Amino acid sequence: MIGQETLAEFLAGAETVAGSHPYPRTRLDRVGWQALVARLAGSDWGLMAEWGEPDEVYVALRDESDGEIRIVSHRCFDRRFAAIGAVRPAAIRLERAIRDLWGLEPEGLDDRRPWLDHGRWPVRQPLAARPRDPSPTPFAYPFLTAEGEGLHQIPVGPVHAGVIEPGHFRFHAQGETVVRLEARLGYTHKGIAGLATGRTIKEVARLAGRVSGDSTVAYALAYARAVEAATGADVPRRANWLRALMAELERLANHLADIGGICNDAAFAVMLAHMSVLRERILGVNRALFGHRLLMDQVVPGGVAADLPPEGSETIKQLLYGLHKEIDRARQLYENTPSLSDRTQGTGILPSALANRFGAGGFVGRASGRGHDARRVPGYPPYEMLDLSVPMLLEGDVNARVMIRFAEAAESLRLINRILLELPDGPVRTDLPLRAGEGMAVTESFRGEVLVWVRVDESGRVVRFHAHDPSWFQWPLLEATIKGNIVADFPLCNKSFNCSYSGHDQ
Amino acid sequence: MTEFLIQLAQIFLVVALAPLVTGWVRLVKARLQGRVGASALQPYRDLYRLLQQEAVVAHSASWLFRVAPYVTFSAVWLAAVLIPTFTTDLILAPAADLIALVALLGVARFWTALAGLDVGTAFGGLGASREMMIASLAEPAMLMVTFSLSLVSGSTAPSQIIAFVLSGSVGIEVSMGLALAALVIVAVAENGRIPIDNPSTHLELTMVHEAMVLEYSGRHLALMEAAGMVRLTLFLALIGGLFAPWGIAQAGAGWGEWRWGWEHSLPKALPWPRPWRCSRPGSPRCGCSAMPISWAARCCWGCWRRSSSTCRRRCDGSRADLL
Repeated sequence: MIGQETLAEFLAGAETVAGSHPYPRTRLDRVGWQALVARLAGSDWGLMAEWGEPDEVYVALRDESDGEIRIVSHRCFDRRFAAIGAVRPAAIRLERAIRDLWGLEPEGLDDRRPWLDHGRWPVRQPLAARPRDPSPTPFAYPFLTAEGEGLHQIPVGPVHAGVIEPGHFRFHAQGETVVRLEARLGYTHKGIAGLATGRTIKEVARLAGRVSGDSTVAYALAYARAVEAATGADVPRRANWLRALMAELERLANHLADIGGICNDAAFAVMLAHMSVLRERILGVNRALFGHRLLMDQVVPGGVAADLPPEGSETIKQLLYGLHKEIDRARQLYENTPSLSDRTQGTGILPSALANRFGAGGFVGRASGRGHDARRVPGYPPYEMLDLSVPMLLEGDVNARVMIRFAEAAESLRLINRILLELPDGPVRTDLPLRAGEGMAVTESFRGEVLVWVRVDESGRVVRFHAHDPSWFQWPLLEATIKGNIVADFPLCNKSFNCSYSGHDQ
Repeated sequence: MTEFLIQLAQIFLVVALAPLVTGWVRLVKARLQGRVGASALQPYRDLYRLLQQEAVVAHSASWLFRVAPYVTFSAVWLAAVLIPTFTTDLILAPAADLIALVALLGVARFWTALAGLDVGTAFGGLGASREMMIASLAEPAMLMVTFSLSLVSGSTAPSQIIAFVLSGSVGIEVSMGLALAALVIVAVAENGRIPIDNPSTHLELTMVHEAMVLEYSGRHLALMEAAGMVRLTLFLALIGGLFAPWGIAQAGAGWGEWRWGWEHSLPKALPWPRPWRCSRPGSPRCGCSAMPISWAARCCWGCWRRSSSTCRRRCDGSRADLL
């Protein structure tokens, strides 16, 4: 195209760092990085993740025109870098987190408040080369204000009336109408990146599977694929198919739980009861076949922990048969309940433009016309053999997000069936070669695209580990979505987004 | 003397049985949702537990906050005492009528809302403002019911209305049917039931009644909860008494008739929740802004019938699934 440069062309002249697989890493100097930031203001290169090292900042980018993925890094000799957040709002919180964790200063970022660090950690900037002393008092956090007559504030959380993860929400409301919502997160920061440093590949696999418990398969898979890319391991075919089987079981269980949860938040408790039963059946089969209800630690670098038992295929087929009918009935129940549709339709509309601007993935993006799916682009085995179809809607309301979940659950059922039919024979695990290198992988969790970047050394230890949760790009959209809705609809919108606190705060 | 004893029995029985009625309603609800549910006696245990616990009072709370549970409970209790459940022959019956009943419930609500505002949290204010909005719709509706009944029977006192209905001089009255429908809807609102409020919600932002009492604990909370239970019993007794009073003992009746009335008042009140609440698990709570609209819409009898019949079908279906 005239006047439009691809990401690969833009980076062609710059220094390529050796040892990054499968996506090349380019290191830019100060001028190059500034040129990149300027280019990001107008280009359609998607931001996938941004993270740091003690003296270097990384960004993973995807050229949306050709699907080319590149990692770009920049050495910050004076511990400063030009902020991408100045031109891409999706990066603002990522860069605030980079300052909290690595102590690198994003220049040109208006928002100078800390993000993950609330001033309660035992050290400040824990991942920097030289961490700083702890803050004597917790930081005061000035929320963005809304001014006008009759406005009032509603602080919600971090401790909620229900048993959910902690997060603080500050509403500015006029009567029942939300004028502004601002979230404050970081309460579940566990320091996983710091914990992973220096541990063996096997130990870090356990950590990776616990970044966000509900998408443990997706995280473990992303980590395993990143490590395999870095070390150059060749995973047996059967292992890839079994991984997809587990990933789809996880997706199915989560989507069903979400559908029930959303309906329950609209006080339609029957659906939650139904869905809990269905989810429980899946988890029971998981436990019987793989030994863990949520399939934790089943995907390991090099393959899977254990093969499917001989009776496994039959057990899952029986499960599918029941689920297929039940999900269909639940869908009819959902569609034929006018009072429920009254709550979900037209509530919490996320405009397509915003979804694209923030690169929202998963059901949040797909309900607003952004049909991206990591199983297709960049894609990973065995999905290229499975004719994956990705549902997409344009309405962007709560109802659309529910319908996307129904469609994806149906698609997962079909995929599981296909996988069971075509599951190849052979070994399910291979030993990892000892090789130093960097690897990155993206996988599709039920929530969206999970990205893991890892650097390993020759002794089989992890030097750096970074996991990026899809919720980073969904939390800010929730704030935009609730604007103009009534306060009582927030739980419904929130549940329809179902962002991860744990994955975001890690 | 007997009148006095009967009045005394009414006073204490209504409080003693209120938790059972609530527990039973919860049990039916749970069964319809496909859950096993807690025992119908669970509310007694809950109240006992709350009474054992220490009452924690917020620093920002004034004397209003501490007094409100007692005033609320007393007002609701007094209101419940005025409703003839098994006999119309109560000493206090001539002392008050349905208008006084509305006023007593209004007092209870006013104090609960004051307590919600007094403690100074965002949720208290939110709940109080929502409760008042609902009250502004429910109270006139309740008065309309009172007036339409008094136009037919010539009195606003419940015992006289019951006597009139029992006398057999009332034929098929359209206004009575509409009054029944309206009273059922008022009862749904007054008791904070779906679709107006959801008593079992865990979402603080959607709460109405729960939001106001969110800061209460210990014996204060026990009183607030008990007031809610008595209010539910009150409405069941009121609907049962006014619109299906058959079996109730009247003035000058002997012990046998009282017993008869007593034995009938329980089944009369208890099976009520079944068709009535059938719609509860089935109809989601409406958003606050949609509420006045749905309010008006639901005031039509046809709409009510439709929603409850579809829900009953659905409930049957859901039970069949689980079997």
